[in-house]
Amino acid sequence: MKTIKVDYLARVEGDGALRIRFRGDHVRDVELRIFEPPRFFEAFLRGRSFGEVPDITARICGICPVAYQMSSCRALEDALEVRVTPHIDQLRRLLYCGEWVESHALHMFLLHAPDFLGYPDAMAMARDHREIVVRGLQIKKAGNAIVSAVGGREVHPVNVKVGGFYRTPAREEMEKLAAQLEAARDAALEALERMARFDFPDFNRDYEFVALRGAEDYPFIGNRIVSNRGLDIEAAEYDQAFVEQQVPHSHALHSTVRGRGAYLCGPMARFNLNFERLRPLAQDAARRARIPLPCRNPFMSLLVRAVETVHALDEALRLLGVIDWSAESSVAVRPRACAGYGASEAPRGLLYHRYHLDDSGRVLDAKIVPPTSQNQLSIEHDLRELAAQMVRLTHDEATVLAERAIRNYDPCISCATHFLDLAIERE
Amino acid sequence: MAAARRKRLAVWKFASCDGCQLSLLDCEDELLALAEQVEIARFLEASRATISGPYDLSLVEGSITTARDAELIREVRRVSRALVTIGACATAGGIQALRNFKDVREFASIVYATPAYIATLATSTPIAAHVPVDFELRGCPINKRQLLEVITAFINGRRPDTPGHAVCIECKQRGTICVMVARGVPCLGPITHAGCGAICPSFARGCYGCYGPADALNIESLGQAWLRAGVPRGDVMRVLRSFNAGAEPFSKAALDYEDDQS
Ligand code: SF4
Ligand code: SF4
Repeated sequence: MKTIKVDYLARVEGDGALRIRFRGDHVRDVELRIFEPPRFFEAFLRGRSFGEVPDITARICGICPVAYQMSSCRALEDALEVRVTPHIDQLRRLLYCGEWVESHALHMFLLHAPDFLGYPDAMAMARDHREIVVRGLQIKKAGNAIVSAVGGREVHPVNVKVGGFYRTPAREEMEKLAAQLEAARDAALEALERMARFDFPDFNRDYEFVALRGAEDYPFIGNRIVSNRGLDIEAAEYDQAFVEQQVPHSHALHSTVRGRGAYLCGPMARFNLNFERLRPLAQDAARRARIPLPCRNPFMSLLVRAVETVHALDEALRLLGVIDWSAESSVAVRPRACAGYGASEAPRGLLYHRYHLDDSGRVLDAKIVPPTSQNQLSIEHDLRELAAQMVRLTHDEATVLAERAIRNYDPCISCATHFLDLAIERE
Repeated sequence: MAAARRKRLAVWKFASCDGCQLSLLDCEDELLALAEQVEIARFLEASRATISGPYDLSLVEGSITTARDAELIREVRRVSRALVTIGACATAGGIQALRNFKDVREFASIVYATPAYIATLATSTPIAAHVPVDFELRGCPINKRQLLEVITAFINGRRPDTPGHAVCIECKQRGTICVMVARGVPCLGPITHAGCGAICPSFARGCYGCYGPADALNIESLGQAWLRAGVPRGDVMRVLRSFNAGAEPFSKAALDYEDDQS
């Protein structure tokens, strides 16, 4: 057997590799290796002031910076015993809606849809189906417009701070968005209808779904983490309920539910656990698209993302009508020695942060668990089931199928897309 | 065939957050037209099809943090007519260059139970530390208008127009009242490279330097102003040691403000 190190250096490009070993037709093991170079955020956060944390953690991911800002603010506010106002909660929700729309549209239209229509990428797809790409870009742009208007720019917004925002956006600027969001909502409804007619592989697994549960609303930022197998905890209990493990074959840590194993977070988990909290428009659209409830087919996550896009645009429009644009943008925050926990729903799923601070507000210890490491084991399990089919495919076909199975999870762009170095070994 | 061959563009990623290359996909209005003008020959984040080099223009995101990446960047240089770095990671080492000031083995042991499995170098270095670079576009993240300017400039064989003055000038251009003068908010605008359009002051906060050092700058006098405004020494050090910690003017000046925590 090859040693990991040699294998790793031997690769010319790509940050991911998949190895499947067979004995005869029987799958012996499946290893998904993610070698995204580690950047050590949890280490260099030590010694930084709490106020810098949202800007720093944003840089973990350029596709979902708002998620990192929201989870870190939430955890630090928990630590510092800060209660933000309902106004700040609404503005955060609005900003988060923008990120879901931008991120989901990027994934659905530019990365995932080409799989279903048999193209290598969106540019090639655009030659035959220009309207799909144009519609996708229109929706994505609407999401970005929200993030820019509330946050100052699309990638790494500058307006977020612990305790709220630097300033409340101006009414005139926000009201201008309404027409664009309405058009994007119509486009998302149409796209869902179109995508519901795609062919979905017949593949279902019995996952443990994990997501936040909102009191009344579909969850963005929250405190209760629930699952379909009876898990129901506060964010502060996360470390007791879940274990993160390092595996030799990957730089991404693997998370499991303590005592049970793999679980799945993200759009499908949110949808299954919070369906009745979706905006009525999104619930109806999901029914028309005949998405089963619960949905256990990861390939159908494409449709679930479309439903969430409709929801987020509709929710953003509702918020535009109720936010008080003259309200105070933040509440005062005072440093003290403490620990705090926070969770929010990144586009790709649950994002947990924990911080310990000293009495001057410097970070003593930080822990960040992104959705991709939580889902990695489930991806491997999906691949294991699909591997049985792969034995009968050509190497290229097997690679496409494996990439698609991984792309179902939208596991952050850098390791999400077309990277696979597939090795099939037979004994 | 009268039509000239379309220029070939490649996008490469090293240690980064993807935010800078995402800026290309964020050009929603221009993307399809751009794809007609240039052949986006390699953009792994967006395409399964890759066309092997040579490329007329390579956009490089991210910093070098592994031995394999140090090799790969040489290969990229070899197959690229022009090589442009996009963003603070590629241009200055990025936020992950904070490891350069600490022991990377200790860093690995904070994040991983078995740090021995982790393949990493002791430093995060900019692309220019490894190969010659034709142009460096600043920002964490870059500005998408500036990115389009850089692409058009290179495919037309001219220098990009991206002024090297300070963010201050951009505040004046957009008519933002100075946050430092008016409200005493500490701001890095006077020493930070323009390009973002002075976003932070327009949101009532001081610039935190995400575009790195301006071409001409006096860090010392700004540092004094911050101290007079009551900012603790260590905070001045930390703001210089962030997304562009590895940019020389910032890394040198930061040493003057170290405190017991550094
Ligand atoms: S420079 Fe900033 S935005 Fe660009 S890739 Fe690096 S961390 Fe991301
Ligand atoms: S004002 Fe400064 S910190 Fe803010 S976006 Fe511009 S360069 Fe970055």
